[in-house]
Amino acid sequence: MQLFFIFFAAVFVNNIILTQFLGICSFLGVTNKRSQALGMGAAVIFVIFTSCILSYLMHKYILIPFNVDYLQTILFILIIASLVQFVEIVMKKYSPTLYRAMGIYLPLITTNCAVLGACNNIITKGYNTIWETAIYGIGISLGYALVMFIFSTIREKVDYNPTPMPWKGNPIGLVCAASMALAFFGLGGLV
Amino acid sequence: MENKSVLKDLKDTLTLGMFKQNPTFILFLGMCPALGITTKCVNAIGMGAAVIFVMFFSNIIVSLIRHIVMDEIRIPVFIIIIAALVTILEMGMEMLTPELYDAMKVFIPLIVANCIPLARCEAFAQFNNPFKSALDAIGMGIGFTIGLLCLSFVRELLGLGTVFGVRIIPTAFTIPAFSSSCGAFLTLAICASIAAALVIRNRKRAQLKEEVV
Repeated sequence: MQLFFIFFAAVFVNNIILTQFLGICSFLGVTNKRSQALGMGAAVIFVIFTSCILSYLMHKYILIPFNVDYLQTILFILIIASLVQFVEIVMKKYSPTLYRAMGIYLPLITTNCAVLGACNNIITKGYNTIWETAIYGIGISLGYALVMFIFSTIREKVDYNPTPMPWKGNPIGLVCAASMALAFFGLGGLV
Repeated sequence: MENKSVLKDLKDTLTLGMFKQNPTFILFLGMCPALGITTKCVNAIGMGAAVIFVMFFSNIIVSLIRHIVMDEIRIPVFIIIIAALVTILEMGMEMLTPELYDAMKVFIPLIVANCIPLARCEAFAQFNNPFKSALDAIGMGIGFTIGLLCLSFVRELLGLGTVFGVRIIPTAFTIPAFSSSCGAFLTLAICASIAAALVIRNRKRAQLKEEVV
């Protein structure tokens, strides 16, 4: 039951994009087409899940015993960067089509603050077991992919409608994001 | 004559990031802190100063080592430099201004993953000399701070009824939604559309001028 609450809170109540404001760059940048948003979501699910578990283990078995937890930021960004590189190599070898479709967005995951933010959250929230960490990682990344997908479908529709010149592109997208945030705000008191 | 054009070049480098390529409203870089910490004006100044500090040194270091670093591994190298600077900053802030540090605790480590320092290292510092890179960092940093201040001014005024902690609107008339995530997106949308309108107007004026000439 505890695990279910962690999962539900990570997906909806503390959604990483709409209530924690992390990963906004990719939220605005990669959601012009539905296929792009889905691809980015899938890659981020893998990276967040793996980096959460890795950073939890590293923090518990390396940083704490050797009393060097001020190196947290540097270590975590190293984990994420090498993980992204790893995904890139594997994808290039086994699925070149998907690799070409993802293009520039793959290396950009390194500077996606949602990943680093999720890793930091695990430490600050003090999750004690590997199960809690794994569930939290899955929840956060699913929440990310969900919001990316919904937002991209809204944007595809908005593109067909006439908009005043200065509001074209990102500003009108941000208004849509505001209404989405309002909807997620309503889930606030649940957990 | 030569001297003058050099000076103008330097001035352009400095002001580019402040208005023409304002990172918050035009380039849409570094959005996470722009939305996350702008509930109060004080936080905006603190965050701006932190980013200026990190960018200033990362730009200088990157432009100093620009001939040594190989092309393939440049992004990991840049990120490690930025991460080291952020760690130094974190320690310094925890010691000097514990209150401000508490308010921005979540977002200080995230400067590492903030697009602005990395984008400027990648787009500017690795091609230019240290002096120009430093100017660019200051210009971009001030542009970022201006963006944060605009957002936090609107949000603090409407959401909490205060500006820099001084009460202007009585509590009964505030709109708490502006302190939440929804208000953050809405404020940014309005500011960005104003910026876009200004850009369009300037472009039209330039066109008119050309036609007259």
